Amino acid sequence: MIEVRASEKVRIRFILNGREIGGEAEPRMLLADFLRHVLHAHGTHVGCEHGICGACTVLLDGRAVRSCLLYAVQVDGAHIQTVEGLGPGEGKLNDLQDAFRRHHALQCGFCTAGILISATQFLAEYPQPSGDEVREMLSGHICRCTGYHGIVEAILDTARRRAAAKAQHERAG
Amino acid sequence: MKPAPFGYLRPESVAEACEALARHGEEARILAGGQSLGAMLNMRLVRPALLVDINRLDTLSKIEVTNEAVITGAMVRQADALADARIRNNVPLLSMALPHVGHYQTRNRGTLGGSVAHADPSAEIPLVLATLGGEVELKSARRTRRVRAGDFFRSALVTARAPEEVITALHWPAAGQRTRYAFEEFSVRGGDYAIVAVACALDEERRSVRLGFGGCGEAPQVVELGYGPEAIAQIAADAAGKIECRADLQASTAYRRNLAVVLARRVLTAASMRQAVSA
Repeated sequence: MIEVRASEKVRIRFILNGREIGGEAEPRMLLADFLRHVLHAHGTHVGCEHGICGACTVLLDGRAVRSCLLYAVQVDGAHIQTVEGLGPGEGKLNDLQDAFRRHHALQCGFCTAGILISATQFLAEYPQPSGDEVREMLSGHICRCTGYHGIVEAILDTARRRAAAKAQHERAG
Repeated sequence: MKPAPFGYLRPESVAEACEALARHGEEARILAGGQSLGAMLNMRLVRPALLVDINRLDTLSKIEVTNEAVITGAMVRQADALADARIRNNVPLLSMALPHVGHYQTRNRGTLGGSVAHADPSAEIPLVLATLGGEVELKSARRTRRVRAGDFFRSALVTARAPEEVITALHWPAAGQRTRYAFEEFSVRGGDYAIVAVACALDEERRSVRLGFGGCGEAPQVVELGYGPEAIAQIAADAAGKIECRADLQASTAYRRNLAVVLARRVLTAASMRQAVSA
């Protein structure tokens, strides 16, 4: 059993984007704030702070969750992936991010990190989704710039390209 | 906003959780998926002294199937319940309602038991449990008991759970062979609170139907009526006439009741069509 007093700071360790990290936080510190203010990982954005806007979405053990509705102390020992962990290297985009650029799926970019994270789990779960399925998943995010059309296109395009690459790989193999 | 300071306790067993609740009483709140409680904490609508985090109690994440019921541990995530074939086959009404619960991302974390404990008047999971006549299993340091859903949901956010009790499981009666189900709701945006939600269990053998209405009153309201395929419009109007409909900023009493009639008609039609297809 772990018991921490309200004013007490607790040592937290977890895997962030493949690297083990640690820091200290009071129990009430949101995971979103721990990422931004303690670890200075500013890719995860904070919008509404009550789970509606989706900007703060991160992967917790592979699942898209709101980091404003989680406390840092809860994820001790877990695997967390944020937008910083998506690309293959510093300054490089993965296929999904590249599709967002090609399809003008962002303007101001505030919502983008959260949407990329949700789409990452979603595409792993539904490799060939319908437009309606993409929109249903996207209803958990608020974007005020794009009207969502480019975002839907980017996610569908990524799914199509991945399926084509997989088919080609299977033919070659 | 940020939550007011709270202490944090993570038990390693249900017994430890019960012990903590016995010690701290109303000062403590149980933290399940946190998809409602987290928002309330951030907005400082609640300021508990202690959160008892039951997320690592794996014994509460099991799904068990018996002849009479499906028993879901309180910590079964909504996304897992939605993907579960045992639930789809044995409690189809729950599988029909779950896509309406929050969003893809909140279902990843939100739990069945947490939604029942929170008891929002428009919540789908409590509505399905009440419509099916299911039960809530509660445990404290002193005793274990089961409470019928109809007795459990007392009012908006008010349940029969005592402060020292933790919900450990939900009992969902298994679908009857000749019972057909349907679920419909209306909300302004997908994933938003339902203004009205209607769940339907149509028993073809007994020629009776149970209609559950969510979002209308302070708690789920279930009406049982006789059924005949020729009388769907009348049954829908009769059922909606028997329930309490509140007024709020989104909808007046008259609007809600009209919506209840329309949705009741739709679920009755959908359930009776299912009957025709399988016959």
